[in-house]
Amino acid sequence: MRSERSSWGLRVAAYLGVAFLHIPLLLIILYAFTSEDRTYTFPPPGLTLKWFGVAFARQDMWAALWLSVRVATVATLIALALGAMVAAAMARARFRGKDSISLLITLPIALPGIVTGIALLSSIKRAGLEPGLATIVIGHATFCIVTVYNNVVARLRRLSPSQLEASQDLGARPFQTFRYVLLPHLATALLAGGLLAFALSFDEVIVTTFTAGAEQTLPIWLFGELFKPRQRPVTNVVAILVMLVTLLPILLSQRLTQGHEEMDGAGKST
Amino acid sequence: MTATLTPPSIPSLAVELRGLVCTFGTVKSGTVKSGTVKFGTVNAVDHVDLEIRAGEFYSLLGPSGSGKTTCLRLIGGFERPTAGQIRLFGQDVTGQPPYARDVNTVFQDYALFPHMSVLDNVAYALTVRGVDKATRNKRAGELLELVKLSAFASRRPAQLSGGQRQRVALARALVNTPKLLLLDEPLGALDLKLREAMQTELRSIQQSLGITFIYVTHDQGEVLSMSDRVAVFRDGRIEQEGTPQDLYEYPRTAFVADFVGGANVLPGALVGRVGGRFALRPERVEVSADGPGLNASITSVHYLGAQTRLELDANGVSIHALIASSRKFTPGQTVNLRWDAADLRPLED
Repeated sequence: MRSERSSWGLRVAAYLGVAFLHIPLLLIILYAFTSEDRTYTFPPPGLTLKWFGVAFARQDMWAALWLSVRVATVATLIALALGAMVAAAMARARFRGKDSISLLITLPIALPGIVTGIALLSSIKRAGLEPGLATIVIGHATFCIVTVYNNVVARLRRLSPSQLEASQDLGARPFQTFRYVLLPHLATALLAGGLLAFALSFDEVIVTTFTAGAEQTLPIWLFGELFKPRQRPVTNVVAILVMLVTLLPILLSQRLTQGHEEMDGAGKST
Repeated sequence: MTATLTPPSIPSLAVELRGLVCTFGTVKSGTVKSGTVKFGTVNAVDHVDLEIRAGEFYSLLGPSGSGKTTCLRLIGGFERPTAGQIRLFGQDVTGQPPYARDVNTVFQDYALFPHMSVLDNVAYALTVRGVDKATRNKRAGELLELVKLSAFASRRPAQLSGGQRQRVALARALVNTPKLLLLDEPLGALDLKLREAMQTELRSIQQSLGITFIYVTHDQGEVLSMSDRVAVFRDGRIEQEGTPQDLYEYPRTAFVADFVGGANVLPGALVGRVGGRFALRPERVEVSADGPGLNASITSVHYLGAQTRLELDANGVSIHALIASSRKFTPGQTVNLRWDAADLRPLED
């Protein structure tokens, strides 16, 4: 298939591009182990694991991490429920202005976070809500819904209506059709959308700064730590943690949707 | 109606459709429901009355868009009628959802569940009724045996060929022994050889189980060989109903004459009658190079194997004839046409 070898220049350019994207990340990992705590001299004068101990001893870090996990979990659950329902409604209904509604649903992810943040803040104040866990969750849910919605809508488009008809025809009540036919069809789409939503919420900064009030999610805590001169490598340790928590779900969700497409392709081949 | 094959005693009715109407499109509120055609709407099914006897193999035949599939979907409960009544085995089911009707369907695209094994697909109707696993697997196994697919029980539908999927769909629809089976062009996606084999198999399964089959197709050859009775659909209405012999031998309209088997529709003046139109089957037209009869010229010759089809022109009317291929004719040749007057079927206008 790929018998042609790409030219030297092209290959070098490709490697440079990948390096450009990933060297900063590698530096973060490297400087989590440096023995020197104020400046980033290269190469690091020595390597140590002590910053992990320092970071894990910080109570405020654990509080921020726990808040982020709770926010991401609740926002993801809300996104799953609302995103799947609106996807189901949009897939079945035909009405005037359907395209505009679809655009309105997906807009929050395209909208600059600063705009969403300001809009939410003024709404929260007007509604007389106290900024805190609930308002952070609401803010994150606005764009988390989009990832679930997009995944589920795409999957529903591949569902032949006769599947649901066949289930009903064979005696399945509406809930049984949902349980045995619709849900298995959507399962990986829901999982993929949910994992992406979780990752998006977990590292969100801009919208959160407007809706969090005095609360600190992990990214905001991290941002604050950057301006403290001492114990700099602690932020790098936490950054590795954030990378792991967000990267793993994204990798997993990619694998899940890929597997499904292959299966569908095989089914359609005849 | 010409009653050639009316059974002596009328068995109980499986399906009764009374004044059935199904309208697609937007109906403006406040529209008077007197006419059948409303502005901006289409009556996919237009005042259909139909009675199907229990145990019959009944076919709905017609070109695409004639309303036959909508009619089937109304019986299955997938469409709601705009007007009229549907009775199944004496019970009014007009407003009932599909899962409440004792009717199963073999879908045109088979609609097998891709995430379930073949066995679980077949057992589905039992699963949703809460039948325990051992019982339902045993029953599903029996059905797979009936369609000769026992070896494929643990496969996924995607791993089967088209013909095998078709049989899984059939087994799945029969597992809870419905009283009525609806088949929506089930052989449409199969190649000719397989289609012919499945026709025989379907017919023998229907007869051994004694279940009423309603079969939708646009393939008139399929219908003639399998059905007890046939309804020919056109523009949402039933144009003619009867046994395959009735429809072939005594078509009442030019549409039925042409759609079922293909026929010459000839004006009365051409065939020595006063008026009206007459159907004449191409194989009943005798062609001879000389002798008495209607003068015609051959416009084209199509060799079909055992038979040869001649396109002829007689005083501006096109006629076709089927003759044994042993007889040789060439385009442009002038011939004489004859037929038995008894083979001319008067058609309604």
